[in-house]
Amino acid sequence: MRNLLIFITKYNAFFLFVIFEISALVIYVKYNSFQKATFINSTNNVTSALYTRISELNSYLSLKEVNDNLVRENAALRNQLKTSFYIDTITKRAVIDTTYKQQYQFISAKVIANSVNLRNNYITINMGSNAGITKGMGVISNDGVVGKVLFVSPHYSVVQSLLHKETVISAMLADTKDQGSFKWVDNLDPHTGLLADVSNSAKPRLGEWVVTSDASLFPAGVRIGTISNLHSTKGDGLFLNVDVKLSVDFSKLQYVYVIYNKFAIEQTGLEAQEKKDE
Amino acid sequence: MSRVIIINIIRFFVLVFLQVFLLKNITLYNLSTPYLYILFILLLPFEIPNVLLFLLAFILGLTVDAFYNTPGLHAAACVLLALVRVLFISITVQKDGFDNEPEPTLSLMGFRWFFTYAVILTLFHHFFLFNLEVFRLSEIQYTLTRVVLSTAFTLFLMLMSGLLFYRRKERK
Repeated sequence: MRNLLIFITKYNAFFLFVIFEISALVIYVKYNSFQKATFINSTNNVTSALYTRISELNSYLSLKEVNDNLVRENAALRNQLKTSFYIDTITKRAVIDTTYKQQYQFISAKVIANSVNLRNNYITINMGSNAGITKGMGVISNDGVVGKVLFVSPHYSVVQSLLHKETVISAMLADTKDQGSFKWVDNLDPHTGLLADVSNSAKPRLGEWVVTSDASLFPAGVRIGTISNLHSTKGDGLFLNVDVKLSVDFSKLQYVYVIYNKFAIEQTGLEAQEKKDE
Repeated sequence: MSRVIIINIIRFFVLVFLQVFLLKNITLYNLSTPYLYILFILLLPFEIPNVLLFLLAFILGLTVDAFYNTPGLHAAACVLLALVRVLFISITVQKDGFDNEPEPTLSLMGFRWFFTYAVILTLFHHFFLFNLEVFRLSEIQYTLTRVVLSTAFTLFLMLMSGLLFYRRKERK
């Protein structure tokens, strides 16, 4: 027994290393595989408060760009207003259209922390469960897809960015509707991604839009980017892989919209049932 | 004694702030990202007990993790760094020759020793950190490039800060 104690005290550095290393790895693995909301992330009080302060300071530097974006978006929305159409029928009456039911609602939020240069990037936004955000909702900006919600606290959420090892989005070519899956590849370039597993019969062309498909958690047709290279060297498999130039500039992200899908619970419930029956 | 503690506490906060609010946003060509905050562990005094060293490394790692949204990742890398530090110092430095709690700084230990010390420790930290983050052998070539280039960037910043606080040798 005494010898054991002497042994442990002599090599205490190694034993301390083992203890701390194992606890660190346990925290790391747990957070990753079970996606549990621990308090060690940027939604806790201290980190989110600090990030909010710094982002307030930073936002002054990009006011001009944000304004430009808003004006552009306003103009696009104004184009869709009824008042901006010339009415060529003579009689006018109001019709309550019941064939459409609103499926998607958008919650606007401000980005308070962001990164683009890690293998797995996360974005922290200043809206949380109090605003109706839950885990798994899609996030877009006015340029295109941003990511999906990973953790929520009452006032903040962490978004898994498109620039993440595990992000896979069901996407399609805008013109021909050929399906594929979009992911971010290993060269850590925040401006390009990869559209993989497109059917070989598809004929994509340079500059064609890649948008979200109907099978994704986003509304169909949200922009992801344009095709920049028809024969990508990355990706594997027998199918077609093309490089995609992202339409969102992640390093300049300021405001995003979280998508609330009103039928999400119904849909996932149905799909879960289907799985149970198999 | 109390002076050493206060200096280290200030250094902890300054380095974490610098890392999280400034260096987090910096990359060169998607390859080189600096992690200057490990300078805190490098500059802890020689005489620090091992328990405290590992505990501080763990806490520093978790603090940075909280801001990076990667709980445990930096903590694991920092604890490994602490072990390498203990081994390196026990091999290269004679323990008994010191008085008044010296720290392994550039000005005290000279350029050659500090440079080797920083290179080896930073390489271990970055290698472990990047590989644990990617956790895929298929990207190993790219990851290794990132490790080497990031180490160069981090070292550059370390030497800069070492020269910034350079004081003439006050060895007795």
